[in-house]
Amino acid sequence: MKIGVVTFPGSNCDYDCYKASRDVLSADTVYLWHGDHDLADVDVVFLPGGFSYGDYLRAGAIASLSPIMQEVRAFAEAGGPVVGICNGFQILCEAGMLPGALIRNRSLKFRSKPVHLRVERSVPPFTSAYAVGQVLRFPIAHGEGCYVAPEDELDRLQAEGLVLFRYCDPGAAVTEAANPNGSVRNIAGITNARGNVLGMMPHPERAVDSLLGSVDGIGVFQSVAEHLVGT
Amino acid sequence: MLFINSLLKDIEERKLAGEARPGDPEITPELVAEHGLSEGEFEQILGILGRTPTFTELGVFSAMWSEHCGYKNSKPLLRTLPTQAPWVLQGPGENAGVIDVGDGLAVAFKIESHNHPSAVEPYQGAATGVGGILRDVFTMGARPIAVLNSLRFGELDGPSAGRVRYLFAGVVKGIGDYGNCVGIPTVGGEVFFDASYEGNPLVNAMAIGLMKQEDLITAIAEGVGNPIMAVGSRTGRDGIHGATFASAELTHESEAKRPMVQVGDPFTEKLLLEASLELIRSGHIVGIQDMGAAGLVSSSTEMAARGGTGVDIEITRVPVREPNMTPYEILLSETQERMLVVAKEGREEEVQAILRKWELEAETIGRVTGSGRYVIREQGRIVVDIPGEPLVTGCPTYTREGRESERVTELRAWSPEGLRPRDEEQDPAWAFLTLLDSPTIASKRWVYEQYDSTVRTNTVVGPGSDAAVLRLRGTRRAIAVTTDCNGRYCYLNPYRGGQIAVAEAARNLVCTGALPRAVTDNLNFGNPLKPEVYHQLSEAVRGIGEACRVLETPVTGGNVSLYNENPAGAIYPTPTIGMVGVIEDLDHVTTAGVQNEGDAIVLLGSNSDELGGSEYLKAVHGIVAGDAPALDLLAEKRLQQSLLETIRFGWIRSAHDLAEGGLAVALAESAIADEANPLGVDVELDDALPPAALLYGEAQSRVLVSCVGGDIDRVLAHFTSHGVEARQIGRVGPAGGRFRVTTPDLVIDLPIATIVRTYYDAIPRRMDASPIDVATALDSEVYVP
Repeated sequence: MKIGVVTFPGSNCDYDCYKASRDVLSADTVYLWHGDHDLADVDVVFLPGGFSYGDYLRAGAIASLSPIMQEVRAFAEAGGPVVGICNGFQILCEAGMLPGALIRNRSLKFRSKPVHLRVERSVPPFTSAYAVGQVLRFPIAHGEGCYVAPEDELDRLQAEGLVLFRYCDPGAAVTEAANPNGSVRNIAGITNARGNVLGMMPHPERAVDSLLGSVDGIGVFQSVAEHLVGT
Repeated sequence: MLFINSLLKDIEERKLAGEARPGDPEITPELVAEHGLSEGEFEQILGILGRTPTFTELGVFSAMWSEHCGYKNSKPLLRTLPTQAPWVLQGPGENAGVIDVGDGLAVAFKIESHNHPSAVEPYQGAATGVGGILRDVFTMGARPIAVLNSLRFGELDGPSAGRVRYLFAGVVKGIGDYGNCVGIPTVGGEVFFDASYEGNPLVNAMAIGLMKQEDLITAIAEGVGNPIMAVGSRTGRDGIHGATFASAELTHESEAKRPMVQVGDPFTEKLLLEASLELIRSGHIVGIQDMGAAGLVSSSTEMAARGGTGVDIEITRVPVREPNMTPYEILLSETQERMLVVAKEGREEEVQAILRKWELEAETIGRVTGSGRYVIREQGRIVVDIPGEPLVTGCPTYTREGRESERVTELRAWSPEGLRPRDEEQDPAWAFLTLLDSPTIASKRWVYEQYDSTVRTNTVVGPGSDAAVLRLRGTRRAIAVTTDCNGRYCYLNPYRGGQIAVAEAARNLVCTGALPRAVTDNLNFGNPLKPEVYHQLSEAVRGIGEACRVLETPVTGGNVSLYNENPAGAIYPTPTIGMVGVIEDLDHVTTAGVQNEGDAIVLLGSNSDELGGSEYLKAVHGIVAGDAPALDLLAEKRLQQSLLETIRFGWIRSAHDLAEGGLAVALAESAIADEANPLGVDVELDDALPPAALLYGEAQSRVLVSCVGGDIDRVLAHFTSHGVEARQIGRVGPAGGRFRVTTPDLVIDLPIATIVRTYYDAIPRRMDASPIDVATALDSEVYVP
């Protein structure tokens, strides 16, 4: 099993993803360079958080056109698992690999805090290590994390079971007060129709060590590993 | 080689003398004054040069001999500070101080102000402050791992609230947008609100970097013939004379100086950070320095002065952003995100390749020379030729006359004895809730939720506790970092205020389980030419030095920001102390919040009648008077040492320093540190003190700790045997319980939810209730509170 973490100019969670992958899975983990066309035979690709290309134009817009993203797209089309976290989620939406868009937080302020998430589905390759309804605690840190999509698109996401995480309170209730950024229907993480591309705003890679307050993020890495071992 | 040949020719001719450029203004007394140089200083310049300076040279001297670069009025005072200890690897004089933190690791850290830029353009002023301090740290070879901010603003209530809200919101957003983008967590700091800072807010940013000890590099220009390279952003016309601007009082006209404020680009900073660290590790370079205040001038002259060398720079080779820039402009520009690099001869291409990888430029602009002279050419013609040594170290220094203002002497003599409680105080909870609602005391969550505090996954304790804690990966160790200063104490008694700032910073670190190690200080004062201000400065520095010696925390560097005034007068003297401590084992990490129902609450230190300069007097009575609280540094040291021992024994569940708002506020903060899971407390006090002094007095050297009930005897015995007063004052109550404090005169008994709401809503309700009207904020009389 080999894991790749893409570094764009301006990525700043690449190191955290890299460390989480190594520490949690003891997996062979490599950095992939934005300007390359080489995925180095990895089995899963992480698009980390940060401000790729300064987030000029729109968050993730320029990164979505970078050379490495052509390869990531082909990899996903071939069924390879891709995880976009925070800026990575924004890039996946800009690349059209996930539906919808991420706009400025409803508060118009950057928000950095721990939030609670409810696991909506327990499915490979990203959430099989969790139970449906399980409440997780992850940090968020973003200014543009308000997920929006047309109503019919939202209905489709719901009907097809593509929403994997929603913001909730500690008791698993999905409430307005528990929504940190104004995302429609409290959506925190979704996959594409095929289920092999995940985008999420909260940071599982920052929740893998009890010393830092939460180990709930380990499940995302373990789910991926289980899936890869199984295939 | 061509360069060196032409240089040798020049030296041979020894005719090196700056030539006036066509179009340069004539050097007149008015022009000299506009450059912030006194007649005496100008005469000294004539003596150094043996001729009249060119316009460009005048600009160079103006920048290097400004307060900001030359420390004219503070250097003799700074020399009195202790700077050495076995663990100090780099003391003052470099881009940042560096200390040994064990396991082969070193921590570089420094604090710097961006007060004046933030007063006229809060967003960019604060953002570029963060950018500059990050560069100071990574040019030492350290990867930045955390940022803290020490901020001061005017009042959020009252007639100037509109302008203050605009400045506060802009500064916080500027800090956040910059640090968040670069990906360095902002983990702590402090925010005070007081009318004295109206119109002249303080924005002090502290950065902390981590490196292996062998990666330490210094900013030194060595090796005659080595190429000097400009790296990073192209030079533009922004920020010209920023250093001089920072060295004058703000006036009504300062608003017109907004174009002097630099513009930050955190994306370029991130690239520059990665490229610089790669450069340093590559072995291709000799030295590297940020082009910060006074840009190319100060970076090149300081690097040469450290190396005892000279420089010869062809100014037209500096990559510029716009055409027709004069040498004067290029030299003095403070365009952000630029570095000056001295490479090893013949390695220019390797350096350029690393910069290209990060989509940045590097251009060779000159050479290190053995002449000791600072030479700038424009297409070969010499426009600046100054002996380097007197330019850098010859800046005249002044010991001014210091005299305490009569007003302060009177205020200090004031005693709260005759103070009558306000009618509202018949409700015992009123003053308490008023204090929790005071923005200086209340939760700063509104601020720190705008900062990414968890990126890089080292933040063990983030904002909102006594100090932040960052783990050192690959070891069992951690570091604790904090900033501290109570300007009101320093105003009423600058000597003691300086001592208290150091003592409290150290106490904060000890409360997290750390051994305090070293200090970086940011001296924010008014105009030093005023005797009462110089008195504050010299006395505060004396107090800081005294405390640093006793607590064994040498000063490894810092920043001096003078001329912080508005038309109503000087700000409160505010010598911010940034401090770093080392936690030997992660098991020792301790936080402020009580942990479990039934735990014993223990007060360390003595309650005494100390209301002078307190937040209670200000928030409840509108009085700033009395003397700063007494401080016995040896007692403080005993307290800190014995507390650290008990923490290391594993006997202490929580520890929280008593500060603004005294015992009652500290108890509340410990009870509600975790907003989502607050615990009740039940405390009984029997001291024979007036109720306000007992509950809200700010006597020093006190800490609130909690421990398991069964440990209480050995905990008390330990402190007593070390000569530290300790007594159990109560117990931790149930989750969501009541906050109850009983004194001989009154009882405060409130649902914990009321306390949570008051404390956490105080700033949001002032900031978010109505939108900030930027147009009005900008139009308003800016500098008159």
